[in-house]
Amino acid sequence: MTLAVAAPSGARVRPELVCPAGTPAALRTAVEAGADAVYCGFRDETNARNFPGLNFSPAELTEGIRFAHAHGTKVLVAINTFPRAGGTALWHEAVARAEGAGADAVILADLGLVAHTAAKHPSLRRHLSVQAAAANPDAIRFWVETFGIRRVVLPRVLSVPEIAAINAEIPCESEVFVFGGLCVMAEGRCSLSSHATGKSPNMTGVCSPPSHVVYREEGDELVAKLGAFTIDRTAKGVAAPYPTLCKGRFTAGDYAGHVFEDPVSLDAAQMIPGLIEAGVTAFKIEGRQRSRAYTQAVVASFRKAVDDHMAGRPIAADMTRRLAEGQSTTAGAYKKTWR
Amino acid sequence: MSPVSNPPTLVMGPLLYNWSPETYVDFYARVADEIDVDRVHVGEVVCSKREPFYADHLPGVIERLTRAGKTVVVDTLALVTLKRERQLVADVTGLDGVEIEINDVTPLATLAPGRRFAVSPLVNVYDEGTYGWLAERGAWSICLPFELPIASIEALAAEGTRRGVETQVFAFGRLPLAISGRCYHARIHGLAKDSCQFVCNKDPDGLEVDTLDGEGFLAINGVQTLSDTAVAVLDETERLVAAGVSAFRLSPHACDMGAVATIFRERLAGRIDADEARVRFGGVGLGPRLGRPMMTGVWPATATGGR
Repeated sequence: MTLAVAAPSGARVRPELVCPAGTPAALRTAVEAGADAVYCGFRDETNARNFPGLNFSPAELTEGIRFAHAHGTKVLVAINTFPRAGGTALWHEAVARAEGAGADAVILADLGLVAHTAAKHPSLRRHLSVQAAAANPDAIRFWVETFGIRRVVLPRVLSVPEIAAINAEIPCESEVFVFGGLCVMAEGRCSLSSHATGKSPNMTGVCSPPSHVVYREEGDELVAKLGAFTIDRTAKGVAAPYPTLCKGRFTAGDYAGHVFEDPVSLDAAQMIPGLIEAGVTAFKIEGRQRSRAYTQAVVASFRKAVDDHMAGRPIAADMTRRLAEGQSTTAGAYKKTWR
Repeated sequence: MSPVSNPPTLVMGPLLYNWSPETYVDFYARVADEIDVDRVHVGEVVCSKREPFYADHLPGVIERLTRAGKTVVVDTLALVTLKRERQLVADVTGLDGVEIEINDVTPLATLAPGRRFAVSPLVNVYDEGTYGWLAERGAWSICLPFELPIASIEALAAEGTRRGVETQVFAFGRLPLAISGRCYHARIHGLAKDSCQFVCNKDPDGLEVDTLDGEGFLAINGVQTLSDTAVAVLDETERLVAAGVSAFRLSPHACDMGAVATIFRERLAGRIDADEARVRFGGVGLGPRLGRPMMTGVWPATATGGR
């Protein structure tokens, strides 16, 4: 099978900016702010951002794709949860609907669903979701050679040199996250939320869901709980981070603090040149659950960063700082010291 | 194959923790000579940096277990990123005369067509489509992921019965809930992963992670995160066996694994009920942390009231 291969090192190939579209309004915002592609999902458990008030009905998807295509923007449909045994028809329908609506690609994670899509919708472009956690060239070759995967979204466990090494070996495009929420665990291989709340990214498309969050005042402190567990305690009057369970404070042995990860989000804007050099095809911005204003600001900033770099201009150092909304940011696993 | 007429298979899963080579060799000698399990998994799943400690001992361990009449299964790494790790996986898929178990899809790139394999609970098998595809590729045993509700377990076990594939559940031990590129043991000791000094060897069952209110929450084991308490699937064994689950996996812990195996053997044979099994579990030496309060259902979340 011959497929597009990553550009040779040194060539400055224009990367694709892939932006979140949690709602039809956010889709239009992202398109107008300069997205090369947007990604979105249906309003059900078939996608990994299954939050109330988000996502698309089939009619909204059709209309969104029409709008995006009229502006030269691609639409990628995320169907990236793992189907429920006995209920796979819902996921199969989602793939058929995405194709019927004119989606440019579907983003899939489940082996069985990928196999189904390759067999029943062979001309529908297939991307491998980050939720499939394909973290090395052998695994990626398996997906490409077996199911004709055209692009892999790389898990956030890899350093930039490792990404370059992968791209030198794989017969497909790669996409990496550059901004937004950051998983500490290999994506799609984490049952922490399921364990604490019964709601999981893999099955229900949510992690640390708001429905299980309780804030309670105790003396001078605000206690943030997820399900039955205290995730953090902060002094009253201090901004309390959302109790995402892997970013809370805990004790382990003599250690007290953020055992897994600080409450940080990913910002790899400054790594755009290195990631292009590493052969990355597409940059992904996380945040389908965020506001339109946020989407507009982040997409416009990254549009400018990519355009500046392509034109040989430096990427402004403080470009994305204000977007993190007071949160600290990290380059995550792209820098090896993160491990 | 009728799951009801055949007694379920008892499986000793792969050792997930960093035990000293001496403890490792002693443990498998005990498994070979004294512990009533049918099948034994060996091989490093969690961290490739631990593998050299066991490498020299592995052939002897396999030989001894085989001589004792156990079926031996060699596991692959769960998270494969480095060249050396890819080579370790290829070394396992190239083994002759021994069963292998995959812990992600990486081995499928190098596994010869027609070569059969087992599938670990760290592979995402949530639906009949995935189950069926793996069966057709050569899977003969599939151990289901931890977060599946009982209805999914029943649907997939039925699929296994139809296809003649063994459906297995993780029945004892801390539940391996997540794997990461980051080493938490190194992190909390102020070390980098590359110079970790193997600090995870201080915690033969993993290190407990408590909330700021002192409640048990999770446990860490290098790059792996596990449940705080152990699961011991004692309550729903009849229902699982009736559904077609035909193998039960015990994850090695630093307790009396012989006693654990005996309890499961008796429970699965119907000689003791769940209450009696729970009472007997008090004597296996799980320790104050690991054993309290033990989860005895198949749903991890039932213990926390989440589901």
